[in-house]
Amino acid sequence: MNIIVAMRQLADLVEELEVDSSGTDIDREFVKFVSNEWDEAALEEALCLKEAYGGTVTVVGIEEVDFHQTLHAALAKGADRAVELTGDFEGWIPTRQRAAALAWFIRECDFDLVLTGVQAADDLNGQLAGAIGAMLGVAHASVVTNISVEGSEAHITQELGGGVTSVSRARLPLVLGVQSARQAPRYVPISRIRQVMAEATIEKVPVTGESFGNTPQVLRLYAPEASGTATMLEGKPKEVASAIYDVLVAKGVAGSRKGN
Amino acid sequence: MSGPNNGVMVVLEATAGRLSDVSLELISLGKDVANSLGGPLVGVLIGASDVALTAVGCDIVDCYVDFGTIGYSSEMAVTALSARVEAIRPRLLLAPTGTLGLDLCSALSVAFDATLASYVVGLSVDAGRIQATSQLYGGKLLADCDLGDGFAIACVVPGSAVALQLGVGDVEVSNHSLDAIVGSLAIEPGIRHEPEASGVDIVAAELLVSVGRGIGASANLEVVQELADALGVPMSASRPVIDQGWLPKPHQVGKSGKKVKPKVYLSFGISGAPEHLEGMRQSEVIIACNTDPNAPIFKVAHYGTTLDLFDLVPELVELVEG
Repeated sequence: MNIIVAMRQLADLVEELEVDSSGTDIDREFVKFVSNEWDEAALEEALCLKEAYGGTVTVVGIEEVDFHQTLHAALAKGADRAVELTGDFEGWIPTRQRAAALAWFIRECDFDLVLTGVQAADDLNGQLAGAIGAMLGVAHASVVTNISVEGSEAHITQELGGGVTSVSRARLPLVLGVQSARQAPRYVPISRIRQVMAEATIEKVPVTGESFGNTPQVLRLYAPEASGTATMLEGKPKEVASAIYDVLVAKGVAGSRKGN
Repeated sequence: MSGPNNGVMVVLEATAGRLSDVSLELISLGKDVANSLGGPLVGVLIGASDVALTAVGCDIVDCYVDFGTIGYSSEMAVTALSARVEAIRPRLLLAPTGTLGLDLCSALSVAFDATLASYVVGLSVDAGRIQATSQLYGGKLLADCDLGDGFAIACVVPGSAVALQLGVGDVEVSNHSLDAIVGSLAIEPGIRHEPEASGVDIVAAELLVSVGRGIGASANLEVVQELADALGVPMSASRPVIDQGWLPKPHQVGKSGKKVKPKVYLSFGISGAPEHLEGMRQSEVIIACNTDPNAPIFKVAHYGTTLDLFDLVPELVELVEG
């Protein structure tokens, strides 16, 4: 069971994002970049599959700010191999370009599954799993929440929305966009990551001139106008709590139970 | 392969004899673009066969009517849609953001070298070029982009347009079989599982106390749980809380969870990603507590506060308990 996990960095959504002077990208200089959370779910599912069926987990992605941290953490969690694809990767990378580089690398690997996060908050140009699948000529599925393997077959669970799921039998190899793993991503102590940083190697593989086709041209990136109607409740916690409680009482959803 | 014509193709879904809300929204968006381009609106229906197709508002409807009975397969959807795109050569393809749209759009964009934009909330035509507005970074930023003058694909966020009020009209309907496709699939049509019945019914509740990523850690849930218990109402949550395993799936509000319309939706630590808003924006009154004043949830909330929930919630508990 050989699994490749495609991972990437993403601006930390907890931070305030500013638009740069070009007006078409976020200001990348001061923002913190972290591992895409759905990719972490894909990695977790890959590690669970390895534990259940044996095999290897290879983590791969393109050269991005702080990507080594993501790779080192993946190795510390149990990945066998970490690969960084180097080349002309600057700024906001379209999904098609990312997929072309990854497909070029993956094509040469012996793999049963390619797992990646179902989406990323900036993937304007579409999601990675479908693009990699189409480029490799391998069947793909998105919004996957469970994978089990039996010989050369897998059973994959996809969410169809509204709590409905669909379980398909599928022939390996497959490319899957993972929504959630069977368990929350594992924690790895920083001491273990430090140890990996000292001992393990990240393989650097140069990618040159993979063509990737048409992508949208961003004309303007901007914060949506505050169309908000929210009345902001100001004051101390006691005062705000009181204002909220008044709304609950006015709507008839609190108050009657008082004293129960 | 000839170049695209000026038609717009919309991917439709139906359950229980009626088109989904997002399908009607896509028809509405698609009709405007088709009118600007001067081409037909073609619907491709993936789903049940008992939909009143005379009323879908499209000029032509191509039906794959077997999906509802066969079961869903991403590969089957891609193969079926590729065949219709190949035959009709639309200028623009519209699909809903959701499992079907995610399965289709990237793969078709590679197969046809189409210019793809995701998370689209608006579309226009300017001098023959299609332009899209996309919602990125969890709704924090919008991007206007040019999709060029060739074949383009837009994966549209549900709720981005007013659903078209359907009238009965002339429509050319053609049916296509999936038989030839089904035999050769690597991913077989799946078996559908309805959500498990559970003790909690967040849909029926008149008041929901809902938590999101801002809660920080599983242990902190107790603080909000105490409030929910005091009010005698269920707790609901956004996706990150469910994915972390802090609350079970039946508690999830949003696109991949449940749609709720309580009298009051009281949220703590929920930033308001589009997928979450889709599941709760119809609530009568939304009260949002989030320390980030720019959190998108304040755009749909009626009342908001940026106080720390750990300061606020105990005060509320005290009031409720009298």
